[in-house]
Order: sequence, then structure tokens, then C-alpha cells
Amino acid sequence: MVRVTTRINGDEVTFVCEPDETLLDVLRDRLNLTGAKEGCGTGDCGACSVTLDGRVVCSCLVLGAEAEGRQVGTVEGIARNGKLHPLQEKFLEFAALQCGVCTPGFLVAAKALLERNPDPTEAEIRFGLAGNLCRCTGYDKIVRAVQAAAAAMRKG
Amino acid sequence: MPLDAKFDPATHHFRLVGTRPLRPDGYDKVVGRARFGADASAPGMLVGRILRSPHPHARIRAIDTARAAKLPGVKAIVTRDDFKDGDPSLKDVLVNVMARDKALYDGHAVAAVAATSASVARKALKLIRVDYEILPHVTDVDEAMKPGAPILHGDMRTENIEPAPKKASNVASRCEFGHGDPEQGFKQADVVIERRFKTEATHQGYIEPHACLASVGSDGQGELWVCTQGHYMVRNTCAALVGMDVSKLRVTASEIGGGFGGKTTVFIEPVALALSRKAGKPVKLVMSREEVFRASGPTSSASMTVKIGVTRHGRITGAHADIRFQGGAFAGSPIELGAMSAFACYDLEHVKAVGWDVVTNRPKQAAYRAPGAPMVAFAVESVLDELAHKIGMDPVELRLKNTAKEGTRSSYGPKYNRIGLAACLEAARRHPHYEAPLGPNQGRGIAAGFWFNFGGQTCVSLNVNIDGTVALAVGTPDIGGSRASMCMMAAEELGIEYDKVRAIVADTSSLGYNDISEGSRVTFSTGLATIAAARDAIGKLCARAAKIWGIAPEAVVWENGRARPAGPNAGDFAPLSLAEIAKTAAKTGGPIAGHHEVNADGAGVSFAVHLCDAEVDPETGRVTIKRYTVVQDAGKAIHPSYVEGQFQGGAAQGIGWALNEEYVYGRDGRLQNPGFLDYRIPVASDLPMIDTVIVEVPNPGHPYGVRGVGETSIVPPLAAIDKAKAGKKRR
Repeated sequence: MVRVTTRINGDEVTFVCEPDETLLDVLRDRLNLTGAKEGCGTGDCGACSVTLDGRVVCSCLVLGAEAEGRQVGTVEGIARNGKLHPLQEKFLEFAALQCGVCTPGFLVAAKALLERNPDPTEAEIRFGLAGNLCRCTGYDKIVRAVQAAAAAMRKG
Repeated sequence: MPLDAKFDPATHHFRLVGTRPLRPDGYDKVVGRARFGADASAPGMLVGRILRSPHPHARIRAIDTARAAKLPGVKAIVTRDDFKDGDPSLKDVLVNVMARDKALYDGHAVAAVAATSASVARKALKLIRVDYEILPHVTDVDEAMKPGAPILHGDMRTENIEPAPKKASNVASRCEFGHGDPEQGFKQADVVIERRFKTEATHQGYIEPHACLASVGSDGQGELWVCTQGHYMVRNTCAALVGMDVSKLRVTASEIGGGFGGKTTVFIEPVALALSRKAGKPVKLVMSREEVFRASGPTSSASMTVKIGVTRHGRITGAHADIRFQGGAFAGSPIELGAMSAFACYDLEHVKAVGWDVVTNRPKQAAYRAPGAPMVAFAVESVLDELAHKIGMDPVELRLKNTAKEGTRSSYGPKYNRIGLAACLEAARRHPHYEAPLGPNQGRGIAAGFWFNFGGQTCVSLNVNIDGTVALAVGTPDIGGSRASMCMMAAEELGIEYDKVRAIVADTSSLGYNDISEGSRVTFSTGLATIAAARDAIGKLCARAAKIWGIAPEAVVWENGRARPAGPNAGDFAPLSLAEIAKTAAKTGGPIAGHHEVNADGAGVSFAVHLCDAEVDPETGRVTIKRYTVVQDAGKAIHPSYVEGQFQGGAAQGIGWALNEEYVYGRDGRLQNPGFLDYRIPVASDLPMIDTVIVEVPNPGHPYGVRGVGETSIVPPLAAIDKAKAGKKRR
């Protein structure tokens, strides 16, 4: 077993895990942060997206041990003090989720996208979120929600 | 409870229906709090894993679990010996859940373990020795029908053919639908075209793999947490397969991460229950994505021959289809639905569709959004398009000349009630997309589609709380926002605000039986039952008001969320709100609740017309969808955003099916692409915005005119996209 100290959504966390255990399994099974989902386990669907030092990664392809000394951001950390992030508000307002299982990954990826590029074109949003699979919506309402959130965030 | 003849949903002023409030489960889903199938855990929980056959067809001589059982941390192992034959109608389900004498496809379950950790469980699987005698296999539908093909089931005799065959084959049954004599019809035609088509199997591709948490005690009582479209079905099926009383198994439906028909049966649930019973501890069992592809239910692959004749004036004189579906290793492909739906869009004098249900060494198919219809519509709509081209007629015009309408005898038998195909065709023709100029290397396709829609057994309970809020318990898992629609319909009837109603999906011990969330039935039938339960509660609220006022219950009416005396003769009392009546319920007779139980019919068929522009890169052949429009009859859209979502989602799945999704089997009979990298579903950068037009031709079978909308949207895309990419510009 490995002992790991990291920061998750800003809070210091120490956990032990097996050397071959993924960050996704650590988050879900050891820390009870089940917001990130396993849709494939091979880095193809993006349902397990989290940020590692601000960069979006598939947590199923990262080892728990690799989180040592890093900053991990999960969907549970997007709303602050009970207040939803504009992306979360727009996802609800635009009905950008049907089943909702891909939503945590989309929110994590979209938040990172807007932090990089506050005014993305439709194509930039589509390519920026191409690592996240959604099987319910056909992406139309997701793209519109991200556009609306970006506009709201630019206004401040 | 049909539509009241005096009530016109098109002109009625609804307070909530047709608006777009936030869904009640939305907050939990955007903050990561919603609990899906794999998100539950229990004290002392074990991890389950399933060993699967690497062979497409093999006799299982012996299974040796002795070494695995000795591995520290292994708490239970189950094999075929742990599942006894029972209900004959569930035999195929049982054999699919755990192989018996033969492994019938690559991925067929042969054993399962429960252990203290995932790594112990994985090691244990490697220690199980299965002695296989490898048999010849067949995975293609046409090959499986040939004489001399490897036979899957020695006792399979084709049903519904005369004389009854004496020899075993892979053809489970034949079916036939239609009327008139197509041969006669073809003689009256100016042009007759016959074409043959094949489509590959696709997978529903829900992002959430199958997952459950089972807990069975030595007292024989059990609980199951599971992602499913039908937890009552899971309860009844599992109770029968593992030998439990239905009343002793309580099943809770988790939030469900997509289903599209794929979660309408059981795969891992009976295995988890058997492991838990044997170990005496809770067992969590979650499929990997590879298992989902190899061993859950994709749709059928199809081989089809379609022949249609038309006059030069565009009247279809005869139509015939011969359709062959393989549905995996067991009988039960959606061949009947395919054959019934083939020509359902059209008003035909001479029409026949013959279907063949074929078994192959592939996983047992499961329903996939309008099961059986998309591939058959692909064949039929393609031939129609070619005919339109040949006689020089606009493809929408050709369809309008032959469109099914109220009173048409459908190709599968019943006469249509009020339907909306003509309205959809007209709306498509009026849409700016239809006349928009096309760019270089672009083509436009148009196709129509049909789905039956279903009603079914439904039970709803509506409890009025002390503060005037309402708790609504439904039994149909919410796969796409249905709780929002139910809250809207309940609030509409009761005359209270939307956010005063809270809908939950009740567990199997808390509410009466409900059929599966399938067949586009939920907004129709659970909606109908919700409206009826609200009206039941209103009757009781009025009776309480009458009691308070000391007048007859018949002298009280419900209006705008209040009880008031029916007229001056009834007495002069200030109206009482739902909250005011609820507050004093203890003094007027106790809790106030409305209920409704129904086996709903009158679901009302649904039609759609899709327009697609595709661009083909002349150098690489890459196809890009440039523009897409869905026009579909919703009867009455309760929450338009989620109606649009169904239209868009079905279209996107159809685009995937048309362009880049398929099951690829190697010569070795093994699935070659069991992952999202090689089985590529559309991503955001593959698609354009998907425009939607909601047509509302009220369904006479629902109090607000609702028709199911979930399935029709996957029916037209295959043909629409194929025509668009063939570059056949609209004439």
C-alpha cells in the first residue's frame, strides 16, 4: 500500500491505496467522491474527468499514487458554498442532461475549457469537449449551455 | 382515460404544460450527488467478477473452481450448478445469465466469484479452469440460415411454417403481416424496384455500464440496488431465477445512466444475488465496458429484401419485404416489430412483410430504441427515394401521396386513429432547411419513420402533505427527465405550483407493479396515471371541504387549486386551498392521497420526418453531417426541452449507426471492437446543432393528448443520411 497526501477541491487529503489502483477508484471507493464515473476504464468516454493541477485528465488513466503533492479538482468542487457555477446553472436551464451520468465529466471539462478560452466558438466547444461522450442529448443542448455559461461568465 | 371530446389540448390554456421548468433531479446531477448504479456501497461489501467464455461456441465439459475457492479472500463462487431450471418461460434468460452445457457466444458468462477486493476477485477468475470442447460457430445472419450451418440449439424447429420442419435449424420462427396481394400490385405499377440491404448490429451505448449491489440474508430476504429501466421486472425475474418469494426481494432503481432499451432485462443481477446468498454478505457487481459490449444486448443485425412498385403518378401499388434478423444466441429478435413497422407509414392496398428470427453465436440482443424499426425503415425509405427519383417526383410529394392517415388500415392490421404523419411531412416541406441551397459535395436526404408506442401496467400514488406540498411516487425509472413532466402534470391538475410537487421513483416494496420504462410509454402512461391520481386526490380534497362546510361533496368543485361551492345554492363559503385543507386533514378524516392503477392502452402511434445534409470529402470519403432537422409528432409536448432532447438524441444515435458504429466479428467469432475507441459513437465535434420541430396532433388516448416521443427519432436517420451522402440532391 502507498500513502498519498494531496489536495482535493482545495482540501488536504491523505489516503492509502494499492500501487496499481487508479485515481478514479481512490476517489470513488476510498474517498466516497462518486461524482466521477467509470464509463469505460480506458480513457475513451471522459465520464471520469477530473483536473490534475488544472489540466483535465481521465482519472481512470491516472494512478492514485500520482496525486501525491498535486491539486485534484472534481465535480464535487465546482459549486462553491452551495452556489452553483454558471455552467451548472446553464446545464439545468438548457436541459443539457438527460440521464446525467456524463454530466460530471462534461462540467469538469467545460470549466477547464472556459478557463482557457472564455469566448470559444461553437467549433472550439465541440472540439474542446470531444473527449467526453454523451449518448442521450446529441450534444446540441450541451453546446448551447456552454455558450450561455461563457456569455454569463464574461459579463461577470 | 382518453382525451375528453370537449377538451382540445391545442387551444386549452395550460398553466404549466408546455413550459420548461428545471427538473427536480437536476441539482443532484450537476453537483455529483446523484447516485447511479455503481455509486452505492454497503458495510462488509464484497466485489463480484464474472468469468466469460473466450469462445463463440463451445461445449463446457467441466468447470473446476477448487483452486479459486482456496484463494484467501474468495467468499463465494457460482456456476451453472447454482442456477436451477425453473420457469420455462425464463429458460433463455437463465441460460444467458449463466451458461449451461454450452457457451453460445464470445463473452457468455460461465462462472462468477465474490471476493474481498477487486484484485482478489480478478486473481480468482484466473484460477478457474473451464474444460471447453470448441465447436464450429456462425455470426452472420445469412450464413446462419444456410443448410449445413453450425447449429446452436439441437431442439430448434422453425415455428409458423408448413409443414413443420423435422430438422433443427437456426431459424426460430417465421412471421407475416399485411393485406392484399403485392404481386397483383406490382402488375399495376409503372416502375418496380427491388433491392437487398444489410445492416450491422449496433449497441445502445449507454455511458453507465450495468451495475448492482445485492444483499441476501440467510432469512431469505433480499435487497437489490440496480440501474435498470424496470425494477419490477428485475424483481420478478430475479426472484424466479434464484428461487425467492417476490415479496422478499426489494429492488430499488438507482439513477440510470442511459438505457435506450438495453436495460430492460437482467444480466448480472441474478448472479449478484446468488453470490450474496452464498457468501452471506452484500456483493457489488459492475460490468466493465468490454463486458457491456461482449455480453449485454446489442440490437439485431439485419438482411433485408424490399420490393415496391409505383405508378408514374406516384401511387404505390404494391410493397413486399422479406426481413431476416439475427438476435444472438436465443430466439427473440425484434423481427415482428420490424416486419410490422416496415410499411406502417403508408396507406397501401397490397402489402406484405415476412420476417425470419435467426439465432447466431452472438450475445442475446436486447431492445434498442424502436427495436427492429430503424433498419427496416432504412431499406423501405431507400427504395422509395429511388422510386421518387425514377418517376421524377419530389420525395416528400411521393410520401404525401401515399401517407397513412386517420382511418387507414395499417400494414400490420389495426386502423389508425388520429395520426400526424401528413402534418410532419407538410412541416418538413415548409421548413427553411428543405429549400436551403447546398454547397459543393453536399447532398440532402429525407426519410420518414414510425413507432408504435406502448402503454402498459402503471401504478401511481400521490400524497398530499401537511404543508400543502405533494409527494408523487411513480414506478417507472426516469431515463430522460420524466420526473419533471410528472410534477408538471400533477401540479397542472391540482392547481398548485410546479415546485410544490416532488416526484420520486419508488422501490418495489413501496408501490404496486409498474411495467418497464420502455416503448416510449412513460410520459404517456405514467402521465395518464398521474393525472388520474391527481383527480382522485381532488375528489377527496373536495369531500374534505364539503365536510368542513357541512354541505354535500357533489356541491364542491375544484378550481385553480381551491375548493369552492359549486354555485350560490351550495352555500356561501370562502374557497379553501389545497394547503388549507391539508393542514386540517387529521380532523377531517386523516391523510389525503390519490391513487391510480391502470393497464393503459391508446398510446397513439408516432411519426417523424428527418432532413439531413451531408458533405462527402471527395478525396477521403469522409462524411460530415452539415445540417439536420427532426420533425416529429409529440401529440402534446409536456416539457418541450426534453421532447427536443429525445428528438436530438435519437437522431444522433441514428447518425452513429449510419456512419461509424457496428459490431465487428472476426473469423474467430470474437467481437473485435469491444470498446469506445473502436466502437465509435458520435462525439460533439462529429455533429452539427440538431434542429427540431415539435408537431402536436393530439393523441385521443391521453387526457392531454400526449404521444410517446422517445423512439421514433432513431427510425428515419439511416435512410436520410444514406441518401444525403449519396449526393442525391433534392429534385
